[in-house]
Amino acid sequence: MAILHSGLLQRALLEIVVLGAACGALGVWLLHLRHAYAAESLAHAMLPGLVLASLAGAPLLLGAAGGVLVTAALIALATRDARVGSEIAVGVVVTTAFGLGAVLALSPQVPVGIDRLLFGDLLGTATSDLLTAGGLAVAVGACLAVGHRRLAVAVFDPVSAPSLGVQPPRVELALLALLAIAVVAAVLSLGNLLVFALLVAPAAAAMRVGRSLRAQILLAAGLGSLSGLLGLVASSELDVAASGSVALAAVALYALAAIAAPRTPRGASGARRSPMEALGAPR
Amino acid sequence: MTAVTADRTFSASAGERRPVDAHVVVAGLAASYGAGPPALRGVGFEARAGQAIAVLGPNGGGKTTLFRALLGELAAAAGEIAIGGAVAYVPQTERSRLDFPVSALDVALMGAYARTPWYRRVAAADRALARASLARVGLAEHERKRFGTLSGGQRQRVLIARALVQDAGVLLLDEPFAGVDQTSERAIMGILDELRAEGRVLLIATHDVDQARRWDRVLCLRGEQVAYGPPSQTLTNAVLEATYGAEIVMLDCGHRAVAIQHHPH
Repeated sequence: MAILHSGLLQRALLEIVVLGAACGALGVWLLHLRHAYAAESLAHAMLPGLVLASLAGAPLLLGAAGGVLVTAALIALATRDARVGSEIAVGVVVTTAFGLGAVLALSPQVPVGIDRLLFGDLLGTATSDLLTAGGLAVAVGACLAVGHRRLAVAVFDPVSAPSLGVQPPRVELALLALLAIAVVAAVLSLGNLLVFALLVAPAAAAMRVGRSLRAQILLAAGLGSLSGLLGLVASSELDVAASGSVALAAVALYALAAIAAPRTPRGASGARRSPMEALGAPR
Repeated sequence: MTAVTADRTFSASAGERRPVDAHVVVAGLAASYGAGPPALRGVGFEARAGQAIAVLGPNGGGKTTLFRALLGELAAAAGEIAIGGAVAYVPQTERSRLDFPVSALDVALMGAYARTPWYRRVAAADRALARASLARVGLAEHERKRFGTLSGGQRQRVLIARALVQDAGVLLLDEPFAGVDQTSERAIMGILDELRAEGRVLLIATHDVDQARRWDRVLCLRGEQVAYGPPSQTLTNAVLEATYGAEIVMLDCGHRAVAIQHHPH
């Protein structure tokens, strides 16, 4: 197999395995806290940041980070208006940002094609970017391990949490910050549209099968890595787009889990929540 | 002047975990959410070690506000609170996420989180305490079971065990008998009596007037304090009408009175 001999593929493989593990573990918390919508929103809304960075010749990671920060600020601003529901506010901000990104990306000056920004380019990413992204993914995993107890209390019993030494709004804010970091780290490899698959599919699969919280998190991390591995191998053997293969592998693993354990995913039931609602914004 | 004091009268590492002098003294307390008008005012009472106080009142009457003020989560707009012993909150079990994959032991261990540094695992002594607390509430064999699969009464006992792991001298219980079968109700009663005998202070928010007769004192709240005293003086028709207004339903000429509108949400 080519993957064993090519330095380029080995580098990409290492990157996607680390990224898959971090996104998988993070995804379990996102689903338990019902933040899947936030994950999708943040990933899409950073597009103008990516395009502007590419126009300015700045590192794409920097553009992604800028895009996330501006989006978060705009959402915070939009939800201040009590007449606008937080989900509507998020929807308006995200589609505006995405539309702006598309308009910018179609201008002839953009050196990087919009398809690369939307769908990622695992094999064409510079080594320095890959290293940074890998480092960010490792940092996200470490933060999740350190914050495990606080996250568990914030999800399980937010009413009593303060008397147990945990402030749920702060914990949720920290989780959303980790989400932003993970999305920034993953966007170059997987692209704007497909990051979401790696955040949600492995976690949803693990929550169907895993009986304990620890099992769910470890399984999701493993499935995330496995999705990356399978997707990349399929991409190199069949000569198809890497990010698409990774996303399809993640969803295929979820389908297997759904067949193996056909019942409602644990903790994923109930209404979805917007990112701002989690911060205590009025509904 | 506002003062909230919490003397920890017993250490977390002590082998013998008994609160020495748990007490709650509240004087002229008013509390509000944000800048709004006080949700609760004119509250003053004194609960000594070993006393159980029923907190009665309609929805929005201020029971939750009082608890949050005692927990230090809500700054008092006026008045003073002095508390001896750590304060623990025992929520209604349906308020927690029943689909979250944690075991009874995991939940009891949460009581030790506040004193566990972020870079450490939960101490072996605390794990032992969590097991002992579950055994104390009669759930030793259930420690590995998922919290969500236990019965309402068993879940309530797990949450009481968590308060014991918190080393609470003062327990604030929110409707501990709501959605609990009779066997569990008796078990919980027995546990609460034991906790009283150890000198802990219990505040029990309830809608059940009949149930309130069992406790040492009754605190009636309706935006402000309506009455405080032994059941014989507070559970009178006049006081209950002042507390609940038209909501109260009198049965058997006042001997069995049950306030309607359960489960405040």
